[in-house]
Amino acid sequence: MTMTVPGERSLTALAMLRSRLHFLWYLTRRSPLTVVGFLIILLVIIMVIGAPLIAPYDPNKVMLSSRLLPPSSIHWFGTDEVGRDLFSRVVYGSRASCGAAFMIVFISMSVGVFLGCLSGVVGGMFDSAMMRTMDVVLALPALVLAMALAAALGPSLFNSMLAVAIVRIPAYVRLSRGQTLSLRERIFVKASRTFGASNLYILRWHLLPNALSPLIVQATLDLGGIVLIAAALSFIGLGAQPPTAEWGALVSSGRSFILDQWWYGTFPGLAILVTAMGCNLLGDGIRDMLDPRLGPSE
Amino acid sequence: MDATPLLSVENLAVRFPGARNWFGRVTSEVHAVNNVDLVVLPGESLGIVGESGCGKSTLVQAVIGLVAPTSGRVVVEGHDFAATSGRQKTQIRQKMQIVFQDPQSSLDPRLPVWRLITEPLHIRGGMSAAALRTRARELAVSVGLRSEHLDRLAHEFSGGQRQRIAIARALSTDPELLILDEPTSALDVSVQAQIINLLLKLQRELGLSYLFISHDVSLVRHFCDRVAVMYLGQIVETGPSSAVFDHPAHPYTQTLLASVPSLQNSLQEIDASLTGELPNNRRLPTGCYYRERCLVSSAGCEKLQDLATVASIGHDVKTPNEAGISDHMVRCHVGVTAALRLEHLA
Repeated sequence: MTMTVPGERSLTALAMLRSRLHFLWYLTRRSPLTVVGFLIILLVIIMVIGAPLIAPYDPNKVMLSSRLLPPSSIHWFGTDEVGRDLFSRVVYGSRASCGAAFMIVFISMSVGVFLGCLSGVVGGMFDSAMMRTMDVVLALPALVLAMALAAALGPSLFNSMLAVAIVRIPAYVRLSRGQTLSLRERIFVKASRTFGASNLYILRWHLLPNALSPLIVQATLDLGGIVLIAAALSFIGLGAQPPTAEWGALVSSGRSFILDQWWYGTFPGLAILVTAMGCNLLGDGIRDMLDPRLGPSE
Repeated sequence: MDATPLLSVENLAVRFPGARNWFGRVTSEVHAVNNVDLVVLPGESLGIVGESGCGKSTLVQAVIGLVAPTSGRVVVEGHDFAATSGRQKTQIRQKMQIVFQDPQSSLDPRLPVWRLITEPLHIRGGMSAAALRTRARELAVSVGLRSEHLDRLAHEFSGGQRQRIAIARALSTDPELLILDEPTSALDVSVQAQIINLLLKLQRELGLSYLFISHDVSLVRHFCDRVAVMYLGQIVETGPSSAVFDHPAHPYTQTLLASVPSLQNSLQEIDASLTGELPNNRRLPTGCYYRERCLVSSAGCEKLQDLATVASIGHDVKTPNEAGISDHMVRCHVGVTAALRLEHLA
């Protein structure tokens, strides 16, 4: 009997791969926008990782002889007021912009999910105190908190990231707490208890896997908004400081040239737009995909 | 037959806080289960019947440990379930497993079948994934699933197959007692029969005991050796299935049986006014709980009734029993004499 196990498993693995591929094809037909979102995010990720390979020039290299050149085959997105290649700056800017957005989502999600699950499992006074605290945090506008932090600790990308992350925590706390509370009463969790499962076991095998899909959807959808907020913070000078290439900062410095040198602000702005849109499209698609009742068998 | 009971429920009561006043003090309680005594012997099936809301499910949850009893004990093979802990509790848990009513919600939608089936073993720990898979395959085959089903998710199965998965899961620890909480009421009639036959087959092969909760009187009659009729959290009549169902001694049991549609008992003839509704369980009735709905209530009903052995009227099937466990008993001073039953037969 044990002899048949490995062969059968590779067979089922093959079948699973086939069904996954079939699912991708099914998804492409059913919701092409998800695939567009996925491709955009893939492109952005490639850009973040492979920036030195993609960018034709050093993003910080000043070439005063080629100031404010329009887009051409040499400088795809044109150049800025000190002759830096804008395409290279946009490509490198993805590192600061998207890196910041990822970090913000990662921090607020991990802190939020931890606090939320804890709150749902412990309950009682702890839960009430936690939720009221989160209500207070929810009342803080991200920009105001970022300004306060910038005033206290000095303007930097990290400080503005921290501010946005703090403001985003309550969403995850509430979501994961709600999930925990409703899942706790589900019969399969109760069944698990009758088998003698500990809280930790139930958290690991039942609560987290079942709570994860709305959290991932929330995170992906959040990512789009956070790319915008991070850019906005840099735009008003609270985020990345010069000469760091960052999309918001690029748009900000391009603002003074918007009438005569349209390409300066336009291309970083487009990068922000496309990335945020990609996140939202992908988030919507993932929401459909992660619902277990929408599996490949249908 | 082994005389020591596998499971015995002693004077079990469960009350929930029903309402609280401004200071959080409980002002009224829901009396879900009121002093229930039950015994399940090795290899037998005990059925519990009663209408919706009579406390069947709470009783089950208290027995399996999901609800803390307000008073009373649940004793499994001589060990008080609530009082044990650690390794001993783990061992007792293995003896007693539960199959829930709705297999749709009792199976985690994200785990593959082999993981679902072996979850109790996985929680107990100490087995490799390969060993768990092998065990899952054996169990799946024994409940009529195929081994290629092992990697699928629960939602890919029909209701009957899901219930088979739940049964396989309950069997994974080689239990001696299965608690079946209305295992077929969420299924189609044709599938119900398959599941019931599977359970009967498993009982023959493995010598299992069943605690079978149902509101389906005819199913319990077919399935169970003994039966207990519950009313308002109390057992009002208990005894061998044939005795209780053929010669019901409690007026409530008689009403319950009369409300089952059959060829002899067509729907038009069932008088809804007789059956009535359960009284509020926030404030228990004084005296006999069934008094307000009872057709034969008389002097003496204002006293709290005790379970008493029913006087034999000759054709009761007497099974050999230990310490009166299998006696036909009723909580009604009228029904305990033969008069009421003779009237029912006539």
